[in-house]
Amino acid sequence: MDETAALKKTPLHALHVALGARMVPFAGYDMPVQYPAGVLKEHLHTRAAAGLFDVSHMGQIVIRAHSGRYEDAALALETLVPVDILALKTGRQRYGVFTDDNGGIIDDLMIANRGDHLFVIVNAACKAADLAHLQKHIGDRCEITLLDRALVALQGPRAQAAIAELWAGLCEMKFMDVRDVGLHDVACLVSRSGYSGEDGFEISIPADKAETVVKWLLEHRDVQPIGLGARDSLRLEAGLCLYGNDIDATTSPVEAGLEWAIQKVRRNGGARAGAFPGAARILTELDHGTSRRRVGLKPEGKAPVRGHARLYADAEGKTEIGEVTSGGFGPSVDGPVAMGYVPAALAAPGTQIFAELRGKFLPVAVAALPFITPTYKR
Amino acid sequence: MLKFTEEHEWLNVEDGIATVGITTYAVDQLGDLVFVELPEIGASLTKGGNAATVESVKAASDVYCPLDGEITEVNPAIVADPALVNADPMGKGWFFKLKLANAADADGLLDEAAYKELTA
Repeated sequence: MDETAALKKTPLHALHVALGARMVPFAGYDMPVQYPAGVLKEHLHTRAAAGLFDVSHMGQIVIRAHSGRYEDAALALETLVPVDILALKTGRQRYGVFTDDNGGIIDDLMIANRGDHLFVIVNAACKAADLAHLQKHIGDRCEITLLDRALVALQGPRAQAAIAELWAGLCEMKFMDVRDVGLHDVACLVSRSGYSGEDGFEISIPADKAETVVKWLLEHRDVQPIGLGARDSLRLEAGLCLYGNDIDATTSPVEAGLEWAIQKVRRNGGARAGAFPGAARILTELDHGTSRRRVGLKPEGKAPVRGHARLYADAEGKTEIGEVTSGGFGPSVDGPVAMGYVPAALAAPGTQIFAELRGKFLPVAVAALPFITPTYKR
Repeated sequence: MLKFTEEHEWLNVEDGIATVGITTYAVDQLGDLVFVELPEIGASLTKGGNAATVESVKAASDVYCPLDGEITEVNPAIVADPALVNADPMGKGWFFKLKLANAADADGLLDEAAYKELTA
């Protein structure tokens, strides 16, 4: 069978093709990796103005307790995610991870309180497994529904101005707010969040109206379509994890430096401590630390150091200490940037280590994340 | 004499020395280059071996040596400013000069018409 014929298409597929996108297979979908402007210019445009991303391949899931009460849905999801979901206020969202019994990460997700139910967004490549996981563990208490809607992100300093042409009220939204919004007559769900390090919005749109809304947004002179290539370089500069690269079932949230996503109430001494998969390991790591950590890595030369490059303590490549999990060229940094795992003793910013690249051992400095200054509207 | 390879390099051969670069088609496929690594002067390379590395934001790609020979000169301007390759791939964006082990080897490469057909 022709491989491309089996790929799924998002509701914006025809528009991508019409805009001249280069399409590639990604997580089972035929997705735009770049438009004619190219990855470098798309990246810089997003940081300077506003970039529009199709992320409809991601999973949009409603979790509704049979009781109809938010609290019951929140407590059910808390059994799978080490996050304080109960105290999340209506119209707010936060980041979390699904953990497994070994304390590894089986996906990362955004979790929103929608008043009487939860709305979560999961990774495209994980969505079937996440749905099965939710159904298996909390399906007796909750109705789990995968929505058939488009999802787009508008990111960058001009994102607010562009959406404000359709709905002025969004200027009042703060980072991680979630609102039902009518963009003209189209019922959308808008959150002030994203995956670029910039202020911006994610907009869930009924599939049959997706192209209409996106065309409205693209009419704004500051808005350009941006492909998955620049999405990756933007999130890397912002220090954000890509599931499957920087985090997976072999990494715990503490090793990954995601302690900030585990609120006190779920930690030792908290009212709802533990009671999530892998709690024994994760709670111990929160108290006592881990032997390795995810860190930012700044190669000292100009050569990009990419995912799976091996890391060494010494310039001769004698003592291997870890691996790069994401790396490339950061257009806004104007140089190579990476992240990876190193022993805790070598995780302090400024520590010099070495990365193997084409048989050479290049000096790399452990660096604080993110590489850019985020512009979230807190 | 202008020649091309199926790996999207061009060679301008004069007196047994080939000036080598990557084609406009290759540059369009790669996108904006952000890093170039060139071979060392004096290196003896064989046909099909790695001669240079080019990187875009999203990926690294190898540039292969089109024929057997010795590197006599490299273009430091494209190391300082990789965008020069995108701006002028067939001119100022040249990569290296290769003294061919056998000047006649170049006859076996593609001519411009054949290369155009390949990338049409």
